[in-house]
Amino acid sequence: MKLTRIGVLILVLLTTLFYLGAGNAVFASDTIKIGLAGPFSGDLAPYGIPPKDTVRLAAEVLNRSGGLLGKQVQILAEDDQCKAGTATNVASKLVGEGVIAVIGHICSGATIAAMSVYRAVKIPVISPSATNPSLTLENKNPNFFRTIPHDAAQANLQVDFITRHLKAKKVAIVHDKGDYGKGLATLVAEGLKQKKVEIVIFEGITPGAVDYSALIRKVKHANPDVVAFGGYHPEGSKIVTQARKRNIKASFISGDGLKDPSFIKIGRKFVEGYYVSSPADISKVEISREITRILKSKNQKAGNFGLQAHAAVTAIFNAVKKTNSTDPEKLQKALRSEKIDTTLGMISFDKNGDILGSGFSMYQVRDGQFVPVKW
Amino acid sequence: MDLYFLELFFSGLTRGGIYTLIALGYTMVYGIIGLINFAHGEIYMIAAFIGLTFAGIFSILQFSLISILLIAVFFAMLFSAAYGYTIEKTAYKPLRQASRLAPLISAIGMSIFLREYVILAQTPDFLAFPMLFGDLELPEFMMDFIQPTETIIILVSFFLVGILLLFIKHTKTGKAMRAISQDREMAMLLGVNSDKIISFTFMVGSLLAAFGAILISAHIGQINYNIGFIIGIKAFTAAVLGGIGSIPGAALGGLTLGLIESFATGYISSDYEDVFAFGILVLILIFKPAGFLGKKEHKKV
Repeated sequence: MKLTRIGVLILVLLTTLFYLGAGNAVFASDTIKIGLAGPFSGDLAPYGIPPKDTVRLAAEVLNRSGGLLGKQVQILAEDDQCKAGTATNVASKLVGEGVIAVIGHICSGATIAAMSVYRAVKIPVISPSATNPSLTLENKNPNFFRTIPHDAAQANLQVDFITRHLKAKKVAIVHDKGDYGKGLATLVAEGLKQKKVEIVIFEGITPGAVDYSALIRKVKHANPDVVAFGGYHPEGSKIVTQARKRNIKASFISGDGLKDPSFIKIGRKFVEGYYVSSPADISKVEISREITRILKSKNQKAGNFGLQAHAAVTAIFNAVKKTNSTDPEKLQKALRSEKIDTTLGMISFDKNGDILGSGFSMYQVRDGQFVPVKW
Repeated sequence: MDLYFLELFFSGLTRGGIYTLIALGYTMVYGIIGLINFAHGEIYMIAAFIGLTFAGIFSILQFSLISILLIAVFFAMLFSAAYGYTIEKTAYKPLRQASRLAPLISAIGMSIFLREYVILAQTPDFLAFPMLFGDLELPEFMMDFIQPTETIIILVSFFLVGILLLFIKHTKTGKAMRAISQDREMAMLLGVNSDKIISFTFMVGSLLAAFGAILISAHIGQINYNIGFIIGIKAFTAAVLGGIGSIPGAALGGLTLGLIESFATGYISSDYEDVFAFGILVLILIFKPAGFLGKKEHKKV
């Protein structure tokens, strides 16, 4: 039977390949393995692919100059599709392969699920993108770090700015009822209440409504020092335009949903003076410019989290170099103590594993530009 | 009556005026051929884009603000009348003998088509619309509760309702429109050119939408492809509230809706603005199914 013979041949070939693969793994004690997990296929792939590209790029560059501890660095990328179930499997697989650290995961939900696996083996995990506050703030993941500020950081910055810089006593909060806008507005409101600032209005609007004049009149009546808006730029510019026309003198403040050039384009003179919190501008950091340039020549993009992932893997490399070891607890300690020069500028991690040195900063619209505010 | 009440009253009146301007188009078309023209909101949106284009051209040519406003209104009306005419001829006329559902679906299709067309041919982004009213001033005591542009919107919408009523009552075309709305076949037998009158109705409805589009866009200051959607739904609601098919009804419905929304926002919370607006719509329709001024349809045996 010809078919059987072909079948046997294939089986033999496959077995050989399998052994070769296993042989490779044995060999690989000569390489240092770093895991990378995120969505590389499916709807959310645009969030996972740029980190994969930048992390591989960083490893390539490092290997060309001799690698780590005299060994080559190998990046093991595993697709978790941002699904919690897949993420734990991926995590077990990476741990089984003997990775010394993991970059990822990308989505908060997947990361929370995967941490249950990594926590037991204590290897450091650095996510470039998981922003859910509970990952760092609930003290259960001592081996978790992230190179992106968590969701509450932006709200905290706004609260600080409103109370310390603008010295507001009365604040009106408006949001667009969406996940982002209302979420941010709620965090800001809670923060302000703790600082004993009076919240005179907390209301949602319908995006796309014809005009907001009734709400504007209500705001004017309440006479707040600051109006905080949670949402995106079209509504933001509409509200501030109508408010300024009605002679409301209060300062306006919003999150990164408004930091878009078209906010100024459609808001014109009415958005002058508007305060916006937004991730710090890293386009002027030399390393990130260099990385972006190389990616461009390969037809790749830094995407939303590529540069954060590059910073994360740089932090791992640095920790291994400083401690001269791959021991998980030593690496954790080094990550907490070292200052590292990365694509995000000089960064370090606080005791919870949250990033220091790269976070949100305040901008203000001045003469049709977003200008950083010194305060 | 305190000042706050007055402020809310006038902001409701402004919204009501805006709804009325758009509701007139819905109610006229429905009155004549019993069709809900869902593409009406998109005519409004396209008129705003056309107005923006011409305002752009003529502000480069250094025309004064008021002449730019008039030119923008003129061209927006011209083009949107053409759009209204074409839409009627392509999407509704071939279906005039079909079941009532067919033109309804065709209307929704036309509305989606026009929106996508603007996304592709123009832009999906928001655009700034020039503040064509400039810095008009009102006496000090009025500025507290109403703005110049709002006054203009309210006055214009009342003015247009009046003109339209006079037109329908006293001209020959108006008489023909009334005849068709009562009984199209009979009117045709008596020599009324119904196709012509229906096209005319669509054109008038589109003219009014265009007028509204320029006023409102110049008041709000921004437009995109989606501005016709919510305003279209609200204006349609206003038309139903007032009794669809009735012109004073459109004005009454528009003002009621605007005032309810404004007071709901002012005294309760803007979170519940739509809840109140549509809750009251349901209530009114339970007790007066034909709306405020709508005529009950008697089934002819």
